[in-house]
Amino acid sequence: MKILVAVKRVIDYNVQVRVKEDNSGVVTENIKMSTNPPDDNAVEEAVKIKESGKVKEVIAVTVGEEKAQETVRKALAVGVDRGIHVKSEGILEPLAVSKILQKIVEKEKPDLVFMGKQAIDDDCNQTGQMLAALLNWPQATFASKIVVKDKSLEVTREIDEGLETIEVNIPSVITCDLRLNEPRYASLPNIMKAKKKPLEQINVADLGVDTKPRIEQIKVEEPPKRKSGIKVANVAELVQKLKNEAKVI
Amino acid sequence: MSKEVMEYDAVIVGGGPSGLATAIKLKQLDSNLNICLLEKGSEIGAHILSGNVFETKALDELIPNWKELNSPVKTKVTKEKFLFLGRHKSLSWPTWLLPSVQKNHKNYIISLANLCRWLAEQAEKLGVEIFPGFPASEIIYNQDGSVKGIATQDMGVDKDGNKKDSYQPGMELYAKVTVFAEGCRGHLGKQLIKKFNLDEGKNPQQYGIGFKEIWEISEKNHQEGLVMHTAGWPLDNNTYGGSFVYHAENKQIFLGYVIGLDYKNPHLSPFDEFQRFKTHPAIKKIIEGGKRISYGARALIEGGIQSLPKMFMPGALLVGCNAGTLNMPKIKGSHTAMKSGIIAAETINEHIKENKDLSIYEEKFKRSWAYKELYAARNIKPSFGWGLIPGIIFTGIDQILFRGKLPFTLKHKHADHETLKSANKMPKIDYPKYDNIITFDKTSSVYLTGTNHAENQPVHLKLTNPNLPIDYTLDKFDEPAQRYCPVGVYEIQRENNKAKFVINSQNCIHCKTCDIKEPSQNINWVTPEGGGGPKYGNM
Ligand SMILES: Cc1cc2nc3c(=O)[nH]c(=O)nc-3n(C[C@H](O)[C@H](O)[C@H](O)COP(=O)(O)OP(=O)(O)OC[C@H]3O[C@@H](n4cnc5c(N)ncnc54)[C@H](O)[C@@H]3O)c2cc1C
Ligand code: SF4
Repeated sequence: MKILVAVKRVIDYNVQVRVKEDNSGVVTENIKMSTNPPDDNAVEEAVKIKESGKVKEVIAVTVGEEKAQETVRKALAVGVDRGIHVKSEGILEPLAVSKILQKIVEKEKPDLVFMGKQAIDDDCNQTGQMLAALLNWPQATFASKIVVKDKSLEVTREIDEGLETIEVNIPSVITCDLRLNEPRYASLPNIMKAKKKPLEQINVADLGVDTKPRIEQIKVEEPPKRKSGIKVANVAELVQKLKNEAKVI
Repeated sequence: MSKEVMEYDAVIVGGGPSGLATAIKLKQLDSNLNICLLEKGSEIGAHILSGNVFETKALDELIPNWKELNSPVKTKVTKEKFLFLGRHKSLSWPTWLLPSVQKNHKNYIISLANLCRWLAEQAEKLGVEIFPGFPASEIIYNQDGSVKGIATQDMGVDKDGNKKDSYQPGMELYAKVTVFAEGCRGHLGKQLIKKFNLDEGKNPQQYGIGFKEIWEISEKNHQEGLVMHTAGWPLDNNTYGGSFVYHAENKQIFLGYVIGLDYKNPHLSPFDEFQRFKTHPAIKKIIEGGKRISYGARALIEGGIQSLPKMFMPGALLVGCNAGTLNMPKIKGSHTAMKSGIIAAETINEHIKENKDLSIYEEKFKRSWAYKELYAARNIKPSFGWGLIPGIIFTGIDQILFRGKLPFTLKHKHADHETLKSANKMPKIDYPKYDNIITFDKTSSVYLTGTNHAENQPVHLKLTNPNLPIDYTLDKFDEPAQRYCPVGVYEIQRENNKAKFVINSQNCIHCKTCDIKEPSQNINWVTPEGGGGPKYGNM
């Protein structure tokens, strides 16, 4: 078996995101970037399954600018066998990314595609689902536990009401939750080895995919500042304020 | 379990200007040398905070064609100002009357973090192996007591010291020469200075705490290339310090404040002095209508050559601010740090090839322009021990009339942790409230540093005596850690009339102030798990 893991480069989760002055987007210059956190869980799970002997090869793929390669290198340093970087500039919507990944799946013919449940930059939570649809494969989203069986996976999903366990046939697309596992750290020797592992670069134009944005982004704004609260002296004042000022009762 | 081992010709601890210059120079001298550089930050530059007005002298020597290589050294200093601040007024000091150490017309306004990122690219092109996210946590010694190398921090250990699922043991890296380039108050450098008595016969090292904020300001207030310094308000006459305001590219200004850590009043809060400073009319008018986009702080060296330890020992060298090569009156240390790195590299090359003793490092350093500079500047900081005005008068005579050649050297008498007076003998300071427009509290400030430490790991701020803060320091000094830590890591919480000393170590920004200023030297900063700490952008 073969697993393809998709990883994305995003603004590091510790960094405070700032809106550009002209409201055209967020500032990414001079900002620390990292792998999207649940993608690390996807990589970890794929590597674990490989270590258990059930999978022969794990491939990591990313789509994005030149520097996005770093996320693939990081995956290579924790046990992924080889990497693919689809080079593209500018904004890519989830649909475009799904179509690109579809091409990569057609080329690499993996049995499973693992990815993060959503990216923390746009929080779309769409790419995995759209990819499954394009491939006409079953999907299991928000996976917090994966058991590999003969021709299927038993996947526990994090859903609003609690946990749901489903069985999906292979091939399928799985999107991973942060609770799935604890990603390992890369060791120094493995980081060095990762520098020598194969990393194929593909130009997005060569895949023949229409990546034109379907959505027009009008304006990016910071959420309004929360007004500071006030202290009330007693219940009577609270009721009075709720009635007359907040007008909620 | 013994750790895995890797061997190199040279291992460099720290990816600041000094460490990167060492690495680059070594590869330039001999591309076959195996060089490894470790950095505790999640990427090169993530833990670098500096002014920075940059003198290119060392960079010119290291990479003469830096202008052609798209380096981030771009904004030339075009204009200079020096202001004395009173409570409401300011007095502009004519620049021709400034000692030459204060003149910057050939220099550049840069982000040192970005310069380090660029230097790291150059180093990697030359084949240096750079590993961000790997703190060197321990020194390894040979049987004969010489330095053999370092060990990197174990990863994935829980707060009680147990191994987690993600446990990843550290490695031992051995080298013919290990270079310690950890910057001011290096955690390993401190141990080496002690073990090898490197500071014997030297004055105690002096430190300052430097704050920096980046502001995006309105076009009409911005003058790219303008460098401004201030002295005076809000500090009293007996506290050494001052501000910098550098107008960088993209309508940004680098606004900072440095306070000598030899301050005496335990009620003083360096953070609040900095916040208050911004409310001065001369400063407020620059930043009004602007937006604060970054915040951070870092300790810096102020001792000069009186306090410069021996920089070599068997198997290892100290470079840059880990030794203490900063020129205090200039508040510049990047160029001298780089120069010390260049000289260290030459030394290592000769040591490996010709078996020369590492002591030639110090001889070479003493013959360099970097040392001459530090020598000429040596009396300025101590003279301010007499107060601001006498200090200025002395500095004028020393620097303008005698160009630093007066035939005596003033001493630093005390280490910074010894200078605090009892809390009940010193006046309390009433700091103004934060307005959230120009001045901010520590909570919103720490948020801008992007700092974080993975949860459930051992606390990296170790107390030698866990009871001392409550049993002694609280009563005697009103626990100054609450105030000198720039991000509020230390808190005194009271429950049922009982005081408790709380350490919010996840907020630490690795400035090292607590390690320096704690009056009983009871706090020991050690390396946390790799990648933890601030995520500075263009600081
Ligand atoms: C507020 C302020 C303003 C300044 N302004 C100027 C200025 O205008 N011009 C100027 O020239 N200089 C200025 N300086 C001084 C200048 O920043 C320093 O002199 C210079 O950074 C020293 O370089 P360094 O390489 O010795 O150390 P640093 O720059 O401190 O670099 C040390 C590096 O080592 C890493 N490290 C530390 N310990 C370990 C470990 N155990 N394992 C792995 N990595 C480790 C750190 O994370 C860091 O990246 C200023 C400093 C401050 C604080
Ligand atoms: S805990 Fe110490 S090193 Fe960390 S930010 Fe506070 S004073 Fe600086």
